[in-house]
Amino acid sequence: MIQYYRDNQEQILNWLGWHAWLSALPLVIGLLIALPLGWLARRYRWLYPPLVTVAGLLYTIPSLALFILLPGVLKTRILDPNNVVVALTIYTVALLVRVVADALGAVPDEVLQAATAMGYRRIGRLLRVELPIAVPVIAAGLRVAAVSNVSLVSVAALIGVPELGQLFTNGFQLSYQTPILLGILLSVLLALAFDTVIQLAARILTPWRRAVAR
Amino acid sequence: MISEIWNWLSTAEHWHGPDGVPIHLKEHLQYSLIALVIAAAIALPLGLLIGHTGRGSFVVVAIANSFRALPTVGLLTFFVILIAPHIHSTGTATYLVPSEIVLVLLAIPSMLTNTYAGVSAVDPAVRDAAQGMGMRGSQTLWQVELPNALPLIFSGIRSSFLQVIATATITAYVSLGGLGRYLIDGLAQQDYPQMASGAVLVAVLALLIDLALGAVQRYTVSRGVTGRYSRKRIVDPAEQKAVIAAAPLT
Repeated sequence: MIQYYRDNQEQILNWLGWHAWLSALPLVIGLLIALPLGWLARRYRWLYPPLVTVAGLLYTIPSLALFILLPGVLKTRILDPNNVVVALTIYTVALLVRVVADALGAVPDEVLQAATAMGYRRIGRLLRVELPIAVPVIAAGLRVAAVSNVSLVSVAALIGVPELGQLFTNGFQLSYQTPILLGILLSVLLALAFDTVIQLAARILTPWRRAVAR
Repeated sequence: MISEIWNWLSTAEHWHGPDGVPIHLKEHLQYSLIALVIAAAIALPLGLLIGHTGRGSFVVVAIANSFRALPTVGLLTFFVILIAPHIHSTGTATYLVPSEIVLVLLAIPSMLTNTYAGVSAVDPAVRDAAQGMGMRGSQTLWQVELPNALPLIFSGIRSSFLQVIATATITAYVSLGGLGRYLIDGLAQQDYPQMASGAVLVAVLALLIDLALGAVQRYTVSRGVTGRYSRKRIVDPAEQKAVIAAAPLT
C-alpha cells in the first residue's frame, strides 16, 4: 500500500485535498444556514414542526439521487463539484436545524432569566449566553454531519468527481484491493481529523466545562 | 427537466421487460429487505441485551460509531473484489453476497445504538417501579423497557432502512440490479432523462418507505409513551439523543 501511495502520491494528495474541501465547505455553509433557521424554529414555535418535517424529508433522499438531480435544478454540469457541495449542504442543514433548535431549547429557563436580569437584550443574550451553552450539543450534531459528509463525498466518484472515491472506482475496475484499502484508510483518517478539530473547537469555546469537570 | 422526467416515466416501454421499472423496483426492495431482516436479527436482540444489562455498552457503541466513518462505496467495492472471485455461480449471487454483507454491516449501527440508547434511557424510576411491582428481569425488559424504548428503536430502524435503500442504489455500480441501474446506465449512456427519472424513483421509494414506517410506528408505540393524549408537546430528552444517534446516509 505504501508503495502504491508513493507511486501515485501527487494524484492521491490532490484527491485528498478535494475530498477535504468538498466535505468541509458544506459543513461550514450548513452551520451558517442552520443557526438562524434553528433559532427561528425556537423563537416562533409554530415553525418547528414544518422545519423539522422538511428537514427529515430532505434527509431521506439518497445521495446519489441528489447528486444527479441537482444539475437539472441548478443548471450545472453533472461533473461540477458544486453539485456535491450543494447536496451535502442540504444534508448538513437538514441534520443541524433540529439539533440547533433543540440545543437552544435545552438552555435552562433560570439561566435565561438570570441573563435578562443582568441586562442582556435579546440579541446579546442569544450570542453571549444561549449559543455558548448550546455549543456542546451543536458540536455533537456537527460531528455526525462531518463524519457522514466524508463518507458521502466518496459516492460522488461514481459520477466522476475527483476525490478519494476515485481510488474505489479505479480499484474496482482493475480488481485491485490496494487503492481501495488506501482510500478507506485515508477517508477514515480524514473523518477522524474533522472529528478532532470539532471537539477541540467545542472545548475551546466552552472553557467553563473544564472548570466543572475538575 | 421536469418534462424530460415526465416523458421518460410515461413511456410505456420503460415499465415492461427485464429492464422495466417494476423489475428493478422489486430487486431494490429485495436487496434492502434481506439486509434489513438480517441486520435487525443481529442488532435488536444485542441492543436490548446491552441496554438491559448495561454491560459492554462502551465497546459496542464505539465500534458502531466508528463503522459510520467507513465510506460505503469503499466497503462495497472492497467486499466485491474480495469475495466475488470465490463464489462460483452463474447468477447474480457473485455480486449479491458481498453487497448484502455490506448492506447488513451498514444497517446494524443505527439499530444497535438506538436500541441500546432507548433501553438505557428508560427512566430509572420506571424501572424501579416495575421491580417494586414484583417484575423479574425479563418481564421488565419486555413489558416496560421495550415499550418505552420503541420510539428510539423505530427511529433506528427507519434510518437503517434509508441507509440500506440509498446504498442499494449504489450496488448497481458493482453490477447488481435495482433502481440504481437507471442512474449508472444513464450516466454511461449520457442519458440524463433516464438518470434523473431513476433518481426520482429512488427518492420517492425512500420517502414512501419512511412514511410507511412512520405510520407503523404511530400505531405500535403506546400513546402513554408518546404523550399523544395531550395537545401539549412534550420535548423528550431522548429525542435529542435520537438526532445525534441518527446515522449518516449514503
